[in-house]
Amino acid sequence: MDIYGGQARMAAYMREHRDKVTDRWSELVVAGVRGRISPEEVSRELEDLYSLLLRVMVEADEHATGELRAALDELSRTRARNGFTPSETAISVFALKDAVYELLADAAELVPEYLTFSRTIDDLGLRTFETYSVARERIIADQSAAMLELSTPVVRLWDGIIAVPLVGTLDSARTQLIMEKLLETLVATGAEHAVIDITGVPTVDTEVAQHLLKTVSAARLLGARCAISGIRPQVAQTIVSLGIEFGDIATKATLADALALALRESGLKVGPA
Amino acid sequence: MDELPIQSGDDVVRVRQQVRIVAADCGLSLVDQTKLVTAASELARNTLVHGGGGRARVEVVKSGNGRSGVKIGFTDSGAGIPDLDLALTDGWSSGNGLGLGLSGARRLVDEFELASEPGAGTSVVVIKWSR
Amino acid sequence: MERVPIVKIGQTLFVSIQIDLEDDSVVRLQEDLADELTATGARGVIIDITAVEIVDSFIGRMLTMIGSISRLFDAETVIVGMRPAVAITLTELGLSLRGVRTALNAEKGLRLLNGTA
Repeated sequence: MDIYGGQARMAAYMREHRDKVTDRWSELVVAGVRGRISPEEVSRELEDLYSLLLRVMVEADEHATGELRAALDELSRTRARNGFTPSETAISVFALKDAVYELLADAAELVPEYLTFSRTIDDLGLRTFETYSVARERIIADQSAAMLELSTPVVRLWDGIIAVPLVGTLDSARTQLIMEKLLETLVATGAEHAVIDITGVPTVDTEVAQHLLKTVSAARLLGARCAISGIRPQVAQTIVSLGIEFGDIATKATLADALALALRESGLKVGPA
Repeated sequence: MDELPIQSGDDVVRVRQQVRIVAADCGLSLVDQTKLVTAASELARNTLVHGGGGRARVEVVKSGNGRSGVKIGFTDSGAGIPDLDLALTDGWSSGNGLGLGLSGARRLVDEFELASEPGAGTSVVVIKWSR
Repeated sequence: MERVPIVKIGQTLFVSIQIDLEDDSVVRLQEDLADELTATGARGVIIDITAVEIVDSFIGRMLTMIGSISRLFDAETVIVGMRPAVAITLTELGLSLRGVRTALNAEKGLRLLNGTA
């Protein structure tokens, strides 16, 4: 059913009483967001939408409909970014129905057209919900990425020896980030030894082992010797029973053991002062 | 959208360079750019060496949720691949034993589509999205 | 076709790859290195790929082959300067370049070669 276009009579009436309708619409929207947006700003948002809507109601050509949708999407995204709920956002659109309905008290002949108009507004309001959720998901994804970045430090244990203490689960996204940071640090410090400590990794299954092996493989391509430390007794049992092979990668129970190994391989010794 | 011929070793280099430019413009991270260009290099080489030459099509695409990505299509009218499943297993090779690099290229991209008919050529389409 | 220059300093052959090489040039490099190793009896090869942005499976295999060929002439090969993005991509491709040694730069590569005399 075509709910856009073909509403020329309603559009003409709405154009004639533009100020009255948009003022009332603004009023309702400001109340709906409980004053968190200034009346001036609301007016600005709605004036634009009103004009675009009237155009579409007369003739729903692709260009006009596209522009209306784009303007609504922008409204929705802005609301999402500023922490408004999806309902508050949709209400901004639905409120126009109330404003127009009040107007129709004086124009009984337009009541039949109101149904079509109402459906148009419903469709637009629902659209804001969808745009809203897409925008929120994007924000959450960005925040997760920021958190991931913070939780992956690479530390310098000694000259030429760096460590990556891992805490939490190791999935492929995290592994990518770890590889990038580890390799960048190798280049920046010229380190030739890296220790990946997995004390804080709760479970080591074949997938996690793959991620570790990949990381070691990448570090080796930059000339670094790697060791994996922090293998707890239960983890050791799981690794063996799963048949995971670490090949020629040194594995140690503690970070301290791995550091001692790296020092030895660097030709250094720790002795009494 | 760019269409590039793949008829020589120089063409493979040109495909790499063009993909690099488009990927950078699209906002892909350095690592993602490198992965995509490397995958493109593998597939372009396949087109040349195993497909008898063909072409590559590079374009920017948009996903449902507003992300942009780079889509590359490789087509040739060569002998085709008789067993697609086998071709996609690691280490499979045909002809001169150098491997088709298809499974490797697949790991480097987000979306991978392979169509091939013996006698009717091969088409590979890959997409890498920006994050 | 571009030919990559090979420079001999002491007992080591230095190769610095500066541009995006097409396959023929890479194969040519392999041949030229074999020739140079025979002619000079050099004991080490350092291939600097600091400027290389893409290493795909073909180039990766060539590098491994260069390592094997060098060993036949009793020489050791060290690949230096691999970029992080390249290393990550090669790892994803499943190429570990076993058979060649690696180092962060030419200086470290040289130390590696001299240490294994």
